Amino acid sequence: MKASAQAVALLLAGSMALAACASDEPDTDAAAGGDGGGASCEELQVGLAYDEGGRGDRSFNDSAYTGAAAATDALGGDLQELSPNDDASNRDQLLTQLAEQGFDPVIAVGFAYDEVIGEVAPQFPETTFAQVDGSNADGSKGENVTGLIFAEEEGSFLAGVAAALKTETDHIGFVGGVESPLIEKFEAGYVAGARAVNPDIIIDRQYISPAGDFSGFSDPARGQIVAQGMYDAGADIVYHAAGGSGLGVFQAAADSGARAIGVDSDQYLTVSDPALQAVIMTSMLKRVDNAVEQFITDYCEGTVEGATDRLNDLSTGGVGLATSGGFIDDIQDELEQYEQQIIDGTIEVPTTIE
Amino acid sequence: MSAVVRRVGLSLFGPLLAVLVALVISALVIALIGQDPIEAFSVMVDLGDSPAQQVQSIVVILNRAVPLFLAGLAVAVAFRMGLFNIGVEGQYRLATILAAAVGAAVVLPGPLHVLLVIVVAMGVGALWAGIVGVLKVTRGVSEVISSIMLNFIALGLASFLLTGPLRGSPPGASIVTTSEIPESGRVPGLNGLLTAFGLAEPRSSLYGFLPVAVVVGVVVAVLLERTRFGFDLRATGLSPSAATASGVDARGMVVKTMLISGAIAGLIGLPDLLGEQFDYGTEFTAGLGFLGIAVALLGRSTPLGIALAALLFAFLDRAALPLQFADIPASVVTIIQGTIVLAVVIANEIARRLALRSAERAGAAAGSGPADDGAGGGAPPGDSPDGGRRVRTGVPGTPEDVQA
Repeated sequence: MKASAQAVALLLAGSMALAACASDEPDTDAAAGGDGGGASCEELQVGLAYDEGGRGDRSFNDSAYTGAAAATDALGGDLQELSPNDDASNRDQLLTQLAEQGFDPVIAVGFAYDEVIGEVAPQFPETTFAQVDGSNADGSKGENVTGLIFAEEEGSFLAGVAAALKTETDHIGFVGGVESPLIEKFEAGYVAGARAVNPDIIIDRQYISPAGDFSGFSDPARGQIVAQGMYDAGADIVYHAAGGSGLGVFQAAADSGARAIGVDSDQYLTVSDPALQAVIMTSMLKRVDNAVEQFITDYCEGTVEGATDRLNDLSTGGVGLATSGGFIDDIQDELEQYEQQIIDGTIEVPTTIE
Repeated sequence: MSAVVRRVGLSLFGPLLAVLVALVISALVIALIGQDPIEAFSVMVDLGDSPAQQVQSIVVILNRAVPLFLAGLAVAVAFRMGLFNIGVEGQYRLATILAAAVGAAVVLPGPLHVLLVIVVAMGVGALWAGIVGVLKVTRGVSEVISSIMLNFIALGLASFLLTGPLRGSPPGASIVTTSEIPESGRVPGLNGLLTAFGLAEPRSSLYGFLPVAVVVGVVVAVLLERTRFGFDLRATGLSPSAATASGVDARGMVVKTMLISGAIAGLIGLPDLLGEQFDYGTEFTAGLGFLGIAVALLGRSTPLGIALAALLFAFLDRAALPLQFADIPASVVTIIQGTIVLAVVIANEIARRLALRSAERAGAAAGSGPADDGAGGGAPPGDSPDGGRRVRTGVPGTPEDVQA
């Protein structure tokens, strides 16, 4: 009885806000009734805290922005973005400030928020948090944090399959940005995919910078040197999971008359130089934008659950291969077979390198 | 008296001019991107609405300033000797990971535990910097080259240790860290002190390492300005050949200075390690060693100046957040920091020439009579007016001149 009365009141309040078409209450009463959900959408205020590099990285952060912007455009509302300082030592401040100023939901982009979000989120129990690339299945980061995670290894598996099917020298390569568990997922999937097609394939694997040194994600010059070494050694397709350093990999491919596989977004479309565009055989898509947009939409509909993970994998279209340029059109059938087997569970893709 | 006023004025002139020039340039840039510079600056100095927010802002600034101050000191000690220790970055990263590992491995009563961590950090930093010093005096290797190269080795080594033998985080965790330092090895925050003064309780905890940093600053100031060692150090920095001729052991000074610089560098990571993180990991704040160079330059290599410079950089760093809330790009802060450093180099040079000119004038005036305007005598600005009264016996210096 009481609950239904509350729901009616909420509904009334919501329709009134709609009619007024303006937010008369700066303090979000609706959000405070978190269990009621839903109605807070009238004054949607999304806070987005970026990972190192911030907006404009043409990769991960920008993808999150695209999703959040699409959601706030469709639903109405504000979007406040914050980038961390150069050494990203103020991540906790980003989240705290967003939550303190009433932004809800607050979305943290990147696994680097792992520790920080677990400290900040419990201080703001009324605020809904989400972390891209961070798992909270066990609820250790707080009851109000949802993890938006990706099966990068599944998409990378398909990239490995495509590389193994397309290579003419039976020799391919992988360039990782920073030697970290996240990037090793890409490597593990890629290697497994390539070996599934051709167990004897030669795979050169190298990381640009060691763990703890994040320069490997933003150093095209070193990316080019590493990839050039692989092409010189006989590889003809190199897959990169190296963020901004990937441009160097494409450059090396263009110089060697070879091909490369992009990562995160459809890099065939985002690379502006036509000479580099021609070498991008495909890209392993990681749809951070879709995941973020979906999360915000669900938040509005009140269907967000805390202390859970939302896994974006092949079955949800959260990861996959881009087909722009038409370079892999001829192997689509094989790719789809592997994709189906992964979705079925016939193929289990490893997440760590052996 | 007027000479002292002029001297103080001149030594303040450089940094103040630099900050002013940087503000003007930044204002132009902000205006160029279509924003209101006045609004931007007022956003930057606004610390928050409620007392709790204001205290919180100040705590954030202080917490950021402490490691910057230590980094600036480490660089400055070498600067004063004429050595460019570019390796502070590697020194503190290696020192922090080893200190974190030792701190996590032992259990000792509170103060001893913390002391052990500090000693390990200073020792590792000193040893790593000592390599640079030894290479310089034995093989004549430029400290700039060797310290940069050792940075790469230190970072690689730290990474190897972190992902290998010192790994404490569970396999598969996104952030690789060492094991956590137990309670007894942590430095409690100073928030109790703040509330005791009647201030609002901030959200973040004020680093308990702040007083340690102040003590280190005072010790360095005394060492540089009030001891024979400090005099030798500064004399060698001003003129290596003159110092050697007057009996200073230049080779020993190079090694000792690098050891001190490295020991201070070893402390840089500790405020964060012992006050907030309790472990060293892939996300541990990097780049403080390089920022320290800018801070030391801005602070003109004096402890007080470095403290002010560190506070300024920390203030600017915090301002990046409110700027973004006001829809002004946070890169404004980066532009201000960059132009300050650039301007300070130029302003220092102008101040040096002005000082030189006034000293020449004073010298010319003194030539006609025995007037003692001597404190100003040809010494460049920046060093203290302690006059150089030192009795030196005629013992010749070390036979080999390192600088040769």
